[in-house]
Amino acid sequence: MSEVKRKKSISRRAFVAAAGGAALASGMAGFPSIVRAQRGPVRVGILHPVTGPLAFSGNQARAGAMMAIETINEIGGIRSMGGAKLEPVLGDAQSKPDVGAAEVERMNEAGVSAIVGPFASGIALATTQAAAKHNIAHIVDVGVVDQVVTRGLANTFRFGPGLSKIVDTAIENLVAINDGAGKPARTVMIVHEESAFGTGMSKVLNEKLPGRGFQIIETISHANPTRDFNNIVLKIRAQRPDIVIPSNYYDEFVLFSRTMAQQKVRPKAIYAILGGAASSQRFVKEFPDAAQYIMDCNHWYDPRNPVAQELRKKVEAKGLYFTYELFLNHECVRLLAEALERAGTGDRAAVIQALASSGFANHFMPYGPTRFVNGQNQGAAPVNTQVQNREIQLIFPKEFASAKPVFPMPAA
Amino acid sequence: MVELQILLPAILNGLTTGAVYALIALGLTLIYGVLHIINFAHGSLLMLAMYAVFFLHAGLGIDPYLALPVVVPGFFALGYLLQRGVIARASHGRDENILLVTLGVSIVIENLARYFWRSDTRTIETPYSFETVDLGVAFIAVPKVVAFAGALLVTLALWWVMSRTDLGRAIRALAKERQGARLVGIDVDHIFAMSFGIGTACVAAAACLLLPSFYVSPGVGHTFVLIAFTVVVLGGMGSFAGALIGGLIIGVTESLCGLYLGESLGQIGIFLIFIAILLFRPTGLLGHRA
Amino acid sequence: MRRQLLAIVAFLAAMALVPHLVDSEFWRNWVMMALFYALLGQAWNILGGYGGQFSFGHAAFFGTGAYCSAILHVHYGVNPWIALPAAGMAAGLVGAFIGFLSFRYGLRGSYFALVTLAFAEVLRILANTVPITGKGVGLLIPLEPGAANMQFADRTGYFYLILAFVGLALLLTLWLEHSRFGARLVAVRENEDAARALGVDVFRTKLAAITLSGALAGLGGSYYAQLFLYLDPGIAYGPAISVEALLVPIVGGMGTLFGPLLGSFALHGVSELAKLAFGEAPGLDLALYGVLLVLMVMFMPNGLFGMGRTTLARLLGGRRDA
Repeated sequence: MSEVKRKKSISRRAFVAAAGGAALASGMAGFPSIVRAQRGPVRVGILHPVTGPLAFSGNQARAGAMMAIETINEIGGIRSMGGAKLEPVLGDAQSKPDVGAAEVERMNEAGVSAIVGPFASGIALATTQAAAKHNIAHIVDVGVVDQVVTRGLANTFRFGPGLSKIVDTAIENLVAINDGAGKPARTVMIVHEESAFGTGMSKVLNEKLPGRGFQIIETISHANPTRDFNNIVLKIRAQRPDIVIPSNYYDEFVLFSRTMAQQKVRPKAIYAILGGAASSQRFVKEFPDAAQYIMDCNHWYDPRNPVAQELRKKVEAKGLYFTYELFLNHECVRLLAEALERAGTGDRAAVIQALASSGFANHFMPYGPTRFVNGQNQGAAPVNTQVQNREIQLIFPKEFASAKPVFPMPAA
Repeated sequence: MVELQILLPAILNGLTTGAVYALIALGLTLIYGVLHIINFAHGSLLMLAMYAVFFLHAGLGIDPYLALPVVVPGFFALGYLLQRGVIARASHGRDENILLVTLGVSIVIENLARYFWRSDTRTIETPYSFETVDLGVAFIAVPKVVAFAGALLVTLALWWVMSRTDLGRAIRALAKERQGARLVGIDVDHIFAMSFGIGTACVAAAACLLLPSFYVSPGVGHTFVLIAFTVVVLGGMGSFAGALIGGLIIGVTESLCGLYLGESLGQIGIFLIFIAILLFRPTGLLGHRA
Repeated sequence: MRRQLLAIVAFLAAMALVPHLVDSEFWRNWVMMALFYALLGQAWNILGGYGGQFSFGHAAFFGTGAYCSAILHVHYGVNPWIALPAAGMAAGLVGAFIGFLSFRYGLRGSYFALVTLAFAEVLRILANTVPITGKGVGLLIPLEPGAANMQFADRTGYFYLILAFVGLALLLTLWLEHSRFGARLVAVRENEDAARALGVDVFRTKLAAITLSGALAGLGGSYYAQLFLYLDPGIAYGPAISVEALLVPIVGGMGTLFGPLLGSFALHGVSELAKLAFGEAPGLDLALYGVLLVLMVMFMPNGLFGMGRTTLARLLGGRRDA
């Protein structure tokens, strides 16, 4: 990854020196702002929290975006612009919204045509707003909180699904899986982390699940970090829910599912929503027994797509894991490249217009063609996966499935 | 109301988790008691030690418990050098500067870890990771039982060093009266560094005992450092028995508050105890006023 | 006093020109954020620098100010300009509450530091649990650009607003340096028992300092909320703000008028420098920042302002000798 960066991105040193110099030269003397170069590469801001608490996700996301840029440049860049190459301008939001917004300013000075990032919803709210000021297209890679795209910012596009869509799909699929097995499950316990996505998810679940024939026994919110999950698992054991729905970050998910295994608690299903395990090969590899049969409703790629399969091989050859942060960012960059191809220019307004009319269909997500309404990709949806014998299988919806759901979980 | 079948295991779990807190707090209380500094680098040193244990396991296949004789002396040396070479030299003996220096050191360690080892969360699987001891009322994971025993042993060892050796007597003298200790010919800088080294060695022992039941990532120190401070204050700064008892109390408090108030709000119990102790008995349960 | 006042006016005037002279929006934003952290540092400096009471929990005041103005605005439709003084007052009240408890029981030094840290954590946990803050989901302030809503489409308004706050803090500090209250505060810092013997009401002096300090930090919180329009418990009450608030004045020079300003600009400069060197290697720039921080403490134990003064005195002294 670092090799790619060194070769393809402009060095930050050169850029800041240039920006600073420009500020002094043009700014102090009262010249108009720097005129962006009309020829040459198209600059793209790649903005993620690569340090701080969200660093793992941020680095995965950056890797995905960089690999897409590398591939696009290898196969000839943006053809309608005479083969112009994409040139990443890297930014680190340090897991803080104010730093993210400052990085947008930096990218603006660097003359980026668009920004891809910044993984977390809290940061996305700040960066989309900052980018809107400069009319820079901002493709939100993950940032699932609904408000990221409902504030009427014309520059903001979210390729992946928002929280409401994810939870709605999760409920539909849960009902379908349960019906398909002859309705063995009726009671549910929810274990969620206390920040935006876990709390938001549990709220929607509590509103909607009772109407779909499920009884919620208890909803447990826990802190990040939670150091010990024994209490939560003890409560689960005492109340014997048919289904446990966890929604938390990777670290807590590891401790939680490990404690479930240690305490020998086996509900009929562990059905995660935006959970750690079933969407992380690392977890499956390190704890195959604890991960077995865990289901997850999350971002996932179309497993039958050859581009995705090849990318996965490439990612794993680099010693990285093929996680949703990585492939979503990969596809966000391709979405942008396709828009640039149609726009034929790196001009910001034209890029926004091209994205707004995007019909990008050549991606490897299980979405269908891209269509943005108020900045949200209408086709975007999560899917259900299940860990089956050390492999993460897509089990729902049927048209993309690589395996059948195993439900209820067989006795150990 | 929560029934007995949950209450008893919750208390047991609180005790084992509390033992881990005590382990981490032991080193902190020594450093605090002797040097009177709030060591912001404690969490990142724990993280560093956990990585050491992780790589010994991943690279050489050394069991985390067998790594103790390697990691503990190694971190003793690291702590000694850190105090003597960096903290003492950079801080000019001023409290606010010590604070900044330990903060700076922790920023350096944490971010170097991010750079060299990436931000991935890493876990190890040992043959006993999923083993449990059936106590009739509850299953307790084997690594937690070991950590509990380890906390007792480390406390005992520290107590022995402090009360039975010349080094311990020098450290205690220094903790009580700096000028006096200097007058009777104690090499203050050396003893300070020794204390910091022993404190760091304790955190290394904690890392060996913690990793089989936890995970390591560059930010893992933050998970424990605040709790460790709470334990130190509760037990009394500088008191080992206090740290042990404090750790156990905090563990059980956390567990019970989580049970009754919910895991999210339950965290508040720890801090309310912390504030109450600070206000009403700032010397802690077993501490002496400095 | 007159010289200092002149310096303040000159500084504010120079800063006021920044939006007109600096064309780069990146650098304008950079100066703006440096001013923002200088404000937090100045708040901390009143209690920590002049009063000698080290707080590790200024996020408690910052977060209260931020939540107060956001909640008043979002849930009760109060105009942010009216919510602003309320935010300052709420944060001051939190300061008075924490101060009352901890000073009442005679907490000093690291004990006081830890108790402020604990209060910030308690508030963070509460913000995560009570519905009015939006719990973990956070609180989103609707986007309604317009100076009447304290949302400036063109960022110059934000710039002048923070500059005004910094000016206010500077004048407040200047007054402090020359007032009887300030003298009492410094006396408490130097020796509490001696101050008491001289008839200083130690408890009330410290209480006033923490209230003032809290209120200033609360203004900073209100500003942050209006600037980024989003709050969650980690942003408002997390340790990051507490650490910045104490780093800035200690590096710049505790208990000095311009220390926090110097410290904030220096730290942000150092951070920019580190990014320049290793910006694209995750973590390496922050590691360098840490190293530079240690070096600054090593070579400037009295803070930047202290060093500047010593050097200046030496230079002037030298010239006089020659």
